[in-house]
Amino acid sequence: MTDVLLSGTDLRKSFGATPALDGASMTVRRGEIVAVMGPSGSGKSTLLHCLAGIVAPESGAVVFQGRELSAMSDRERSALRRGEFGFVFQFGQLVPELSLVENVALPLRLSGVRRKTAESTAREWMGRLEVDGIADKRPGEVSGGQGQRVAVARALVTGPKVIFADEPTGALDSLNGEQVMRLLVSTAKETGASIVLVTHEPRVAAYSDREVVVRDGKTRQVELVP
Amino acid sequence: MSIGHALLGLLETGPRHGYDLKRVYDEHFGHDRPLAYGQVYSTLSRLLRNGLVEESGVEPGGGPERKRYAITDAGVTDVTEWLVTPESPQIYLQSALYTKVVLALMSGRSAEDVLDAQRVAHLKAMRELTARKRDGDLADQLICDHALFHLEADLRWLELTTARLSDLGKQVAS
Ligand SMILES: Nc1ncnc2c1ncn2[C@@H]1O[C@H](COP(=O)(O)OP(=O)(O)O)[C@@H](O)[C@H]1O
Ligand SMILES: [Mg+2]
Repeated sequence: MTDVLLSGTDLRKSFGATPALDGASMTVRRGEIVAVMGPSGSGKSTLLHCLAGIVAPESGAVVFQGRELSAMSDRERSALRRGEFGFVFQFGQLVPELSLVENVALPLRLSGVRRKTAESTAREWMGRLEVDGIADKRPGEVSGGQGQRVAVARALVTGPKVIFADEPTGALDSLNGEQVMRLLVSTAKETGASIVLVTHEPRVAAYSDREVVVRDGKTRQVELVP
Repeated sequence: MSIGHALLGLLETGPRHGYDLKRVYDEHFGHDRPLAYGQVYSTLSRLLRNGLVEESGVEPGGGPERKRYAITDAGVTDVTEWLVTPESPQIYLQSALYTKVVLALMSGRSAEDVLDAQRVAHLKAMRELTARKRDGDLADQLICDHALFHLEADLRWLELTTARLSDLGKQVAS
């Protein structure tokens, strides 16, 4: 498996007495979409946060492109998150005071890209996500489905290698959820980005190439009997 | 649903007479459809012919109801293979899955593995439908949606059953 981009091995993390992760392992190959499934409270989001370097596991290793995240400085880790990773959450990730195009441009602005360049790149991405028509509106003025597509555009705007999506359709109805997934998956496949897709919905997981199931903080991976 | 495999699975816990097999089968799986005696004996004679069961002691008096049947090594291999092979994903297969889960628990195999193998097979079918939907026209999409929602319902049942395995295990053992 030379093509492993990101891996977590035997990850453990507790909040107080209860372990949220109790020996979880998974790998993500380049360009691969991996669904992380499992009941609520099983540790899916904690696993995603560890893989993305948002939460430090108490033990176990997260390795991205051959480098262990725990060996990096905070500065390096946040540069990694900004430059190589993109994030889509269930809701609440857009800054309400900014217009949608400003929201999408934000990750580029934070990396020092000039405003004009950042916003024109942002508009291109909004076009691909079919939300360029509402670029100058604010988050509060658009539907949930439109807002999630804007969030996907924002996750993709820096050209990340991995997109971390935590229940990206969790607040949407079936039709809007389907549209978000279709666009997220097709743009990721075009750019070669991998996706870690946390979802408890099988219909959403069906957009993945492979699934990992988390139960009680442990991962289970089963190969299909041919 | 394969009655032959269910009977073999029940025989794994020990040799039984035909009438006893029917009783245990009905208790676990016959809620709305108890087995007919004729079905039990015709299935047993097929299993006997195929070497999956053998006679284990005949009580005096003769007649099929006097015979006791035991599973053979070939029978154990056959049940094992059946348990680990997922059902081909289709709508309404809960009775086959339920039978497999109960028999896995009774025989001390991993019921979680049975459920996991099935989940993998279901998700694979759902991925194929999702891909077909992407490339299809509206009619294709509607047809695939219908199948996807039903397979998803099965998957929810698989997940819930996994969460209930330890309770189910206690009930099956009692
Ligand atoms: N920041 C936190 N503080 C305290 N407990 C937490 C925190 N994050 C997660 N947990 C606990 O860890 C367990 C796993 O949570 P989580 O990873 O969010 O599960 P999932 O995403 O599968 O629903 C749960 O019991 C949850 O209550
Ligand atoms: Mg979560």
